[in-house]
Amino acid sequence: MLTYLIRRILWMIPMLVGISLISFFIMHLAPGDITSSEAAFDPKSSEEARQKLRELYHLDKPIIVQYGLWLERMVHLDFGHSFASHQKPVFWAETDKEGNTTPGMIQEALPVTLLMNIAGLLLTLTLAVPLGVIAAKKYARWPDRSITLFNFIGFSIPGFWLSLLLMYWLGVIHTWFPISGLHSLNYAQLDTLGKAQDLLMHLFLPVVIPAITGLAGVTMFVKNGMLDVLSQDFVTTARAKGLSDRTVTYRHALRNALLPLITLIGLSLPGLIGGSVIAETIFAIPGMGKLFYEAVMMRDFPVVMGILTIGSALTLLGNLLADLAYAWADPRLRKGVMPQR
Amino acid sequence: MAKKQMHGWQHNSAMRTHRHGIGRISVGLLCSWLVACSSGSQEPQSQTFSAYPPQPGGTLISAMPSDPSSMIGMVAGESASLAIGAYLFNSLLKYDQNLDLTGELAESWQVADDKKTITFKLKPGLQWADGKPLTSADILFTWQLITDEKTHSPYASDYQLVTHADAPDPRTFIVHYSQPFAPALESWASLQVLPKHKLAGQDIRTTSFAQKPLSSHYYQLKEWRHGEYIKLERNPKSVLGSANIDHLIERIIPDPAAQFLELMADNIDSMNLDPITYARIIPSRPTLQVRLNQFKELGNSYTYLGFNLKRKPFDDVRVRKAINYAIDKQEIIDGVYLGLGIAIGSPYKPGTRWSNPQLTPYPFDPTRAKKLLAEAGYQDSDGDGVVERDGKKLSFEVLTNLGNKGREKTAVIIQRRLKEVGIETHIRSLEWASLLTNFIKPGDFDAVVMGWGLGLDPDQYTIWHSSQQKPGQFNFIGYSNPAVDKLLEQGRLEFDPEKRMQIYHEFAKVLYDDSPLVYLSAGYGLTAIHKRVQGIMNPVPPAGVGYDSQKWYIPEPLRRTQIQAE
Repeated sequence: MLTYLIRRILWMIPMLVGISLISFFIMHLAPGDITSSEAAFDPKSSEEARQKLRELYHLDKPIIVQYGLWLERMVHLDFGHSFASHQKPVFWAETDKEGNTTPGMIQEALPVTLLMNIAGLLLTLTLAVPLGVIAAKKYARWPDRSITLFNFIGFSIPGFWLSLLLMYWLGVIHTWFPISGLHSLNYAQLDTLGKAQDLLMHLFLPVVIPAITGLAGVTMFVKNGMLDVLSQDFVTTARAKGLSDRTVTYRHALRNALLPLITLIGLSLPGLIGGSVIAETIFAIPGMGKLFYEAVMMRDFPVVMGILTIGSALTLLGNLLADLAYAWADPRLRKGVMPQR
Repeated sequence: MAKKQMHGWQHNSAMRTHRHGIGRISVGLLCSWLVACSSGSQEPQSQTFSAYPPQPGGTLISAMPSDPSSMIGMVAGESASLAIGAYLFNSLLKYDQNLDLTGELAESWQVADDKKTITFKLKPGLQWADGKPLTSADILFTWQLITDEKTHSPYASDYQLVTHADAPDPRTFIVHYSQPFAPALESWASLQVLPKHKLAGQDIRTTSFAQKPLSSHYYQLKEWRHGEYIKLERNPKSVLGSANIDHLIERIIPDPAAQFLELMADNIDSMNLDPITYARIIPSRPTLQVRLNQFKELGNSYTYLGFNLKRKPFDDVRVRKAINYAIDKQEIIDGVYLGLGIAIGSPYKPGTRWSNPQLTPYPFDPTRAKKLLAEAGYQDSDGDGVVERDGKKLSFEVLTNLGNKGREKTAVIIQRRLKEVGIETHIRSLEWASLLTNFIKPGDFDAVVMGWGLGLDPDQYTIWHSSQQKPGQFNFIGYSNPAVDKLLEQGRLEFDPEKRMQIYHEFAKVLYDDSPLVYLSAGYGLTAIHKRVQGIMNPVPPAGVGYDSQKWYIPEPLRRTQIQAE
C-alpha cells in the first residue's frame, strides 16, 4: 500500500511538468501579449515603451526559453508576479523592507471561491442524495417523475438568467438579499455574528443558484446507482433475512450506491478552485473564475500559469484521494480481492 | 495619459474593454424583460428632492466595472487606476470647465521666448496628507520616475522629450526641451505628482505604495477590498481646499445589469449607462425617473471605418470618398446608439475650439458615391450587383473587435449600404489581441471599424504623421501626406491657442478632403446620478459632468440613514 502511494505521488511530478509544458505552449499560441490589450491602444503610449516591457518580461525570447525561466522559478515554488496587476505577487503575499504586505492574487481569490464551491457542493449533495434515493425507490411513479422534471428545468435554465431574475425579485422588489458583492460596506463595523450573517446573506444567491442548476447530474447519478444496487442479489438476501425496508435501503443499498459518488467528488476537487466566471461576474465576487478569465484576456501569463498549475496539481491529487477513499470505503479493494489499478 | 478623467468620472462607453462581453449579453436580456414588466413594482418612497444649500458630509456610492490594478496610474497604464488616481494626486496644471489650461499645483507658468523652457511657480503652502510639504522636489522626482527605464511607463515618451529639469527652490520647477513642444502643457496636466519621501529608493513596480498611497488631492484612500470596493475619505489637508462629500465609495461591479439592479435598489448613487438604459429603460420607469438625474456629454472619442491606404483600391481618393458618401452616419447613430451620438467632420470633439466648424460630415449621397466609383473606373459589367475594374470586383473585408456589439452592428449597416452602391464587403469579428497582433500590426487588413479615444490636447502626431507607420505604431492605416506632416509638426511648435487652432482646422480640412477614414460617430457618455447629489453643474460644462465634483454635496435630509447593508 505504501509503495503504491509513493509510486503514485512520484508519478505526479513528470505529469505536472508535462501538463505545465502543454499549458504554457497553448497559452503562448494565442496571439498577443500583455502589451496588446485594448487599453494599451492609446495614442499617448509609445511602441518603444511596449517593446521595453516585452523585454522586461522576456516576451521577446523563444517560448522554450520563457518556459525554462518559468520552470526554474516554479522549482522554488515562486509563482512570480502578475504582468497586468502592477506586479502583484501571483500566489503568496510579499512583505517589503518597511513591513508593508502586498497580498498575492490567488491568495486573495482562492478562499472566496473555495468557500462558495464547498458550500455549493455540500448543498448539492444534501439535496441530491435524498432526491436520488426517493427517485430510485419510487421509480417511474410520480415522485420520480417530478424530481426528474424539476432537475431538468433547473438544468436547462441558463444560470445567469435565473440569477438576474432572482436578484431582481429578492434584491430589488423585496430587499431580502444583497444584490451583488461579498461584503456590506459596513462589514468592518459588524460583530462576529453580524459578519457571519452578512457573508451568509451575500453568498446565498451565488451558492444556491449554481447548486440548483447543477443538481440534475448528481441526482441522476445517485438514482441510477441506487437502481443498480437495489436489483442486486445481496439486497434481495437482506430483504429475505427480514430486515426492514429502511435498513435495507440505507445500510445496505445506499452505501454501495454511493461508491461511485466518491470518484465524482474526487474529480470535482480541482473544480473547487475554479470559480464560475459568469456567476462571479454577475454577482461581483472577486473569485478565481474572474481572476482566470481576466488574466487570459489580458495575456497575463504568470497568473494563467499559476492557476493552471495549481489546478492540475489538484486534479492529480483529487484522483489520488479518490482512489484512496475508494480503497478505504470498499473492503474488496483494500484487501486486494480485486486487482488494484 | 490621453484619457485623464477630469475628476475620475469615466463616461466613455465606447472605451469599455472586451472584459464585459458577458455583461453585455445579460444586460440585453434583462433589459427586454424589465421593459416588459416595468409597471410591476411599486416603490413606497415619494421623496421630493428640493434644493438645499451646500453642506459638508455624506457618502457618495458609485460603481465601476473593473478594479484598478494599482493607485499609480502612470505605471499601471489603465483607465481605472488613472480615474482613482485623479482623486488622490494633483498635477501641475489642469483643464478648467471650458477645457482651457489653468494652474492646479502651479500658481503660474511661463513659456520662455524660445519656447524651449517652461517655468512653473508652485502655490504656497502645499502639503501631503501626512503634513509633509509638497515641493518642486516631488515633481522633479515624479518626472525622474516616469522617465526612468526601470519604471516602464507606457506614457514615458512625452516626458522623455525633456532634456533636463531643475528644482532650484521649493516653489520653482523648470523643464527644458531641445525644441518647442506644445503638447508638453497637456502632459504636465496629466502627470499625477507622487511623494518623494515615500517612494525614494523603492522599486516602483513592486512598491506597496501602489496599494496604500499617500495623497495630496481632495481624497485619501481609506479602505480597499480588492475586487469589491474602494473607500475614499476626504483629505482635510487637501491642497485645493476641502471637498464637500465626506466619503466616496467605488463599488466594483463588472456586470452592467447588476450595476443597474443596484441602482434600482438605491444601493448606488451613480453609474455609467449604455444607450438602451438611458433612452428606453429609465424613461419607462417613473419610479426611477423621479429620483435620478440623467446626463449626457460628448466624449473625446469617435468610431471610424479606416482603410488600409497601402492597398488597392483604397489608394484612390475617389473610392474612399465614394464609400464615405455611401454610408449613412445618422442611420448608424440612430440604429446602434439610439440617437446618442453625433456625426463629425473632423477628428475633434464638436463644440471645442479644435473642431473646425466649417467641416460638415459627409452627407449620405449614394448617387454621388456611384458617380465617383464610375469616375474611378468601376462598373458593373457582368450584372451581378458588384462593380469591377479590370475584371476585379470591388470587394473587401471589414475587421472589427469581437464583443463590441456597437461596432459589430455598425459593420453590418455599412455592409448593407455599400452593397447598394455595388461594393461587396465581408465582416470578420476578431478577439482584440488577435486583431491587433495578426492584422493591425503587420498591416494585413483591408478596412477596420475601430475607435480612437483622444486627449484634450489637439496634437494627433502619433495617429497621422507619416513617420508613425512602423509595426505597433498608431498610423497603421498608412496615411502619408506631406501637408499633414507639416501641419502636425507646426502644431507641436506653436503654444498660442489661437494660432494652434488655425493649424488644426487646416489639418482637419486636409483630412476631410483626403477621406483616409470615414468618421462614423462620436458617442455620448451617459451617466445617471441620484437626485440626492446636488451642486452638479447644469448645463454640463465642456469639461464634463464630473467637473468640480468636489463641490457636489448631499444634503443631510436626503442622505441614506445608514451605510446600507442589505
